[in-house]
Amino acid sequence: MATLVLADHDLGQLSPATARIVAAAAQLGAPVDVLVAGAGVDAVASGAAAIEGVAKVRVAQSPALATLSPEALTTLLLTLAPQYDAIVAGSAAVGRDAIPRLAAKLDLMPVTDIVAVHGPGRFDRPIYAGNAIETVASSQAKNVLTIRAAAFRPAGQGGPAPIEAIDASDVSALARFVAAHRTESDVPDLATAQIVVGGGVSVGSAEGFKLIEKLAHQLGAAVGATRAAVDAGYAPNDWQVGQTGKIIAPDLYIAIGISGALQHLAGIQGAKKIIAINTDPEAPLVKIADVALIGDLFTIVPALIADLEKQGIRP
Amino acid sequence: MKILVAVKRVVDHNVRIRVRPDLSGVETENVRMSMNPFDKHAVEAAVQLAEAGKADEIVIVSIGPKQANDVILTALAMGAHRGILVESAEKLETLAIAKLLKAVTDEEKPDLILLGKQAVDDDSNHVGQMLAGLLDWPQATFASEIKAGDGALEVTREVDFGRATVSVPLPAIVTADLRLNTPRNAALPMVMKARQKPLAVRPLADFGVDVAPRLAIEKVSPPAERPGGRKAGDVGELAGIIAAEIKELEAL
Repeated sequence: MATLVLADHDLGQLSPATARIVAAAAQLGAPVDVLVAGAGVDAVASGAAAIEGVAKVRVAQSPALATLSPEALTTLLLTLAPQYDAIVAGSAAVGRDAIPRLAAKLDLMPVTDIVAVHGPGRFDRPIYAGNAIETVASSQAKNVLTIRAAAFRPAGQGGPAPIEAIDASDVSALARFVAAHRTESDVPDLATAQIVVGGGVSVGSAEGFKLIEKLAHQLGAAVGATRAAVDAGYAPNDWQVGQTGKIIAPDLYIAIGISGALQHLAGIQGAKKIIAINTDPEAPLVKIADVALIGDLFTIVPALIADLEKQGIRP
Repeated sequence: MKILVAVKRVVDHNVRIRVRPDLSGVETENVRMSMNPFDKHAVEAAVQLAEAGKADEIVIVSIGPKQANDVILTALAMGAHRGILVESAEKLETLAIAKLLKAVTDEEKPDLILLGKQAVDDDSNHVGQMLAGLLDWPQATFASEIKAGDGALEVTREVDFGRATVSVPLPAIVTADLRLNTPRNAALPMVMKARQKPLAVRPLADFGVDVAPRLAIEKVSPPAERPGGRKAGDVGELAGIIAAEIKELEAL
């Protein structure tokens, strides 16, 4: 049979995470179809059709799917489930919301937050905030999975795969959507960015975070924050990196004024190179950093921005 | 409104966990245990709804060994009214937990079920969504704000792009995120009073639910160690390292 991947998107654009989820799903060894569910998602569908290794894109459009309601998504996936032996989503908010609901409806035990695929039914997933890795085997007739996109290299460009519309007229949401509060920003997607600049509670204020954002802008990087910085109101909640926030795996992570609480470290273990700027040489994050500079961030970061500019690194 | 809150006893989140040398799991013997932090936010939310006159009864349910009574008592001391322990010596999968909670829901008939969004031991983030699916109830996961209205709740959720507000008709399931509230520490008189509150202990077999595991845990391994690096002497050296790194990324 085949594998169905739920495309990750925000109605307007396909998330770069989808190419990574497709790459992980391809490791299950079956042809991969992509489901684009939403409303007004034609551009998302053509984006998905251009991912290497996609056999077919299936598009379901309805007003109930426009809010990515978990109940509507589950109803839709239930109608498609008999045609697939694996249903896969990213472990971002939509997948986390819908996949366990779907699994329960199918009387299946889902495997979520997968960081390695060892075969059609064998997976690694982190537990205890990444302080242990569990290897699980499933011999269920069907597998319902979520993938940590950051743990996989993206599939390349290919296709275009054929796009077909499927009927979604009878799906409905149980909740009524009231409002979205979108954090406006033009920085790259945190979960898939190549470079991330993160700030901790030592940044001291929302005003101080402007300095972090300035460096990120210069480097073309996404901005991350610790839970403490978000709780203090210095940064919006969708910037939070860690066990309960976003999981990142950039090529370069620059951690500024971050001591390295366990739950933050859980979110950055996939980073290839870590640079830390901190006053405390004993901070856990300084100890695991590839390069650390000890000192006051308010002195170091402006000097760093000026120095990088001299070397020709500009936004 | 009657509220059911599900709580789990887990290794205390401040404990540095240790993987057993035989890779059979994480050491939980002689380790400090406490209520899953996300569940504390769920209990606090229920108590705040009761204090605001929106809820008249809060029932706490936990599934686990006898010692899980401790986390039920913690919730009772915070202000919940009575507790149910579904006693199970074995570690159960989330699907089995959701089925047991459905059985409890069928008996208790609450209007609202509150849970933490995930447990910090297996980090699954399943049970609220699974229970909502089994009951065919609406779900509002990762809640950072709950406003009680007439027959419905307005819940603000933490999502990838920021926040989203949904209105869910009751009965419904809400899972708590960390910014929902600040859980209270119960004062000693409340802790003493909690011991007088009803706490029913029910054997797993009472519920007639198939709890056989669907997955085999082959091993549990420690994560790869990350060796520390070096210190940069000054800003100039650090700028050089970052510039070189960026040129390398651009070359790819």
